Amino acid sequence: MENKIRVSNLNFFYGKAQALYDISLEVPEREVIAFIGPSGCGKSTFLRTLNRMNDTIPIARVAGDVIIDGENIYAPGTDVVALRRKVGMVFQKSNPFPKSIFENVAYGIRINGIHTSKTDLNERVEKALHDAALWNEVKDRLNTSAFGLSGGQQQRLCIARALAVQPEVILMDEPASALDPIATQKIEELVVELKRDYTIVIVTHNMHQASRVSDRTAFFMLGKLIEYNKTEKMFQNPDDRMTEDYITGRFG
Amino acid sequence: MAQTGALGDKIFRAVLLLAATSILLIVAGIFVMMVQNAMPTIGRFGIGFLFGSEWKPAQEEFGALPFIYGTLVSSVLALIISVPISLGIAIFLVEQAPKGIAKPIAFMVELLAAIPSVVYGLWGIFVLAPFIREYLGPVLQGYLGFIPLFQGRVTGIGMLTGGIILALMITPIITAVVRDVLEAVPTTQREAALALGATKWETTTIVLGNAASGIAGAVVLGLGRAIGETMAVTMVIGNSPQISASLFEPANTIASLLAANFAEATDRTYLSALIEIGLVLFLVTFVVNAFAKILVMGVASRNGKAA
Amino acid sequence: MTSLTAICAAFVTGLLLLIIGYIAIRGFSSINFQFLTDTPKPVGEGGGIGNSILGSAMMTLLAAVIGLPVGIAAGVYLAEYGRNWYGNTIRFVADTLIGIPSIIIGIFIYTLVVLPMGRQSGLAGGLALAVIMIPIVARTTEEMIKLVPSSMREGALALGAPQWRVSWNIVLPAAASGIATGAMLAIARVTGETAPLLFTALNSRFYNYYLDQPMSSLTVQIFNYATGPFEVEHAMAWAATLILVGTILIINVLVRTVTKRRY
Repeated sequence: MENKIRVSNLNFFYGKAQALYDISLEVPEREVIAFIGPSGCGKSTFLRTLNRMNDTIPIARVAGDVIIDGENIYAPGTDVVALRRKVGMVFQKSNPFPKSIFENVAYGIRINGIHTSKTDLNERVEKALHDAALWNEVKDRLNTSAFGLSGGQQQRLCIARALAVQPEVILMDEPASALDPIATQKIEELVVELKRDYTIVIVTHNMHQASRVSDRTAFFMLGKLIEYNKTEKMFQNPDDRMTEDYITGRFG
Repeated sequence: MAQTGALGDKIFRAVLLLAATSILLIVAGIFVMMVQNAMPTIGRFGIGFLFGSEWKPAQEEFGALPFIYGTLVSSVLALIISVPISLGIAIFLVEQAPKGIAKPIAFMVELLAAIPSVVYGLWGIFVLAPFIREYLGPVLQGYLGFIPLFQGRVTGIGMLTGGIILALMITPIITAVVRDVLEAVPTTQREAALALGATKWETTTIVLGNAASGIAGAVVLGLGRAIGETMAVTMVIGNSPQISASLFEPANTIASLLAANFAEATDRTYLSALIEIGLVLFLVTFVVNAFAKILVMGVASRNGKAA
Repeated sequence: MTSLTAICAAFVTGLLLLIIGYIAIRGFSSINFQFLTDTPKPVGEGGGIGNSILGSAMMTLLAAVIGLPVGIAAGVYLAEYGRNWYGNTIRFVADTLIGIPSIIIGIFIYTLVVLPMGRQSGLAGGLALAVIMIPIVARTTEEMIKLVPSSMREGALALGAPQWRVSWNIVLPAAASGIATGAMLAIARVTGETAPLLFTALNSRFYNYYLDQPMSSLTVQIFNYATGPFEVEHAMAWAATLILVGTILIINVLVRTVTKRRY
């Protein structure tokens, strides 16, 4: 299968401190890749280099290449706004806007001018909410505030919001870490479902989650990529001793 | 490849930048306009303007000293009265009072700052001045009359009344800043002191020591307000350009002089003299406020909080 | 020592209640409908403060129309782009400007507007009040915007929103109630200003609807009545003060109790 994302020799610095060392990896299209590793290992930092979210940090600096669909996103003159539209993101803590449920999903459609008419906008919002498995729960209160939803619902709303702008890649930064088991299960089912249309990169601190949802897993430690393998292989017979220690719970 | 929305970003940022820059332009404009309009007297009287003790506009004689003196003395008087009270309230609110009491009291003290200056002036004329004339003045004179500060005729209108009104007006400002500064001192400091067996009051003194430069900042900020406070002082200080040792005698401050005379100053030289003394007030308050800000910022950043 | 600090607190809050109570008692006894609508008359013929109320309202409105947009825009700049030396300079100068006596602002506007126009005017008064508002509104706006969680900002950026869109339709609406609170308090503050109006707007004995003419205000009228020689004028000063202080305190109490934090 074709590679959607190709990262080669990526180094990342916060001011003088180096946070990522020489990361190289390839992400095939329409697969789920899980990033695991102990807290502070750099997995979230790495995720945020894939849509240049780290640009918001003034002292952050990147060296190396991230190539998405054949284009280096760190090349000078890159349209970061267009990049972020193509590479959507769901955050650790759900972050709905202080608007209605409908407007939350419609926001990305509107700013990117995707819709052709009012009816088209409505249809797109409905489809996104369907795809995020939220439609049945909110269809009767689309115009109420998004803050009235439960935590799990808010997170699925944020997924719907990301889907509505028709991205090709979705980055998820520990999307279920603040949720209860039932809400977590719903998100996991959703991730597997979404794989049909999207390439998904998910950061998780939960190894069972990684093994349940992902096709491939990358294990990070101290800013280095230790091992990157098919998930099945990684959890049954990892190549690296450190990976085995981590997975079996000997540290972390 | 151009950034999507780059034009919008540029326009948005330019509009905001213009608005933000207007603040610099205002301050620069104040300085330039005042210097320009004060030029006639700056050129004519030079530095002597600041030290002359006679103010007779009709004879074109302009000495700013009585007003500088009045401003200084009334402000210092206000600080002497207000600082202990403000510190007391702030310590009470942050260190001692239960939340249920602290909140409404803090709110009421803030309301005191919301009352307009002219209202304090009105209250000063009709309530405070008679009180000083009938009660406070005679009592002070009875006990302390041997000191020149408390000699002379007590009319109720004069330096002391101005100072008291000023004290009342700057108390909410000093209290608010000291409160912020005390709250910025980490709880761990208090716990450390308590764990060593310090009493509640000893702990408070340690907290105060830690916050010292911030408290100094609050006092300087209060001084800045007192120096520039206009209406209330104008209404109770008596507006007489004299330098007198007695606190019961009428006096005048720079701000009061401006409030009482600016509108009638049609003569070019007189106007220039008033603007020049206003320029002095502007520069002094600017420096005092900047100094206060630096002091308060120091404490806040040392304890990891934004000012 | 605890009792001493408590006495300080009780003393000052007591003074506040005393002042407000005194205003209420003195004020109520001379307020009636005619007083609220009439214009000043020669002593002994009654008269009122209708034109002063109108003048205060017009000049405060003018100040708000100019001061709020400029102040809010400056605050957004400080919050969104102000983390550099220029932002720090503006922040510092704004804080210092807040502490500059308002009578100095009056002189500034006098030299800038009154001298070239050749007369005092409501326009000059309103401009002076606007200058006072701008730094106050800018700083509160900045503080309110900083309270908006950065996750919300990131959420919008991740959807492919350009920076200005993030500020304009996510961050600003999220901070709106806080900014409105700050704006109301700034309006209350300039409503009570006297010194900057003394020689910019001057005063007027008539209803004046034109901004290029001298204009009366509640505060200047209170000053004139209070410093006048006649008992009837003093009574009118108290009544006008009740209106002024009532308005300002109601705004303060409402705004501070009604506003809820959303995050």
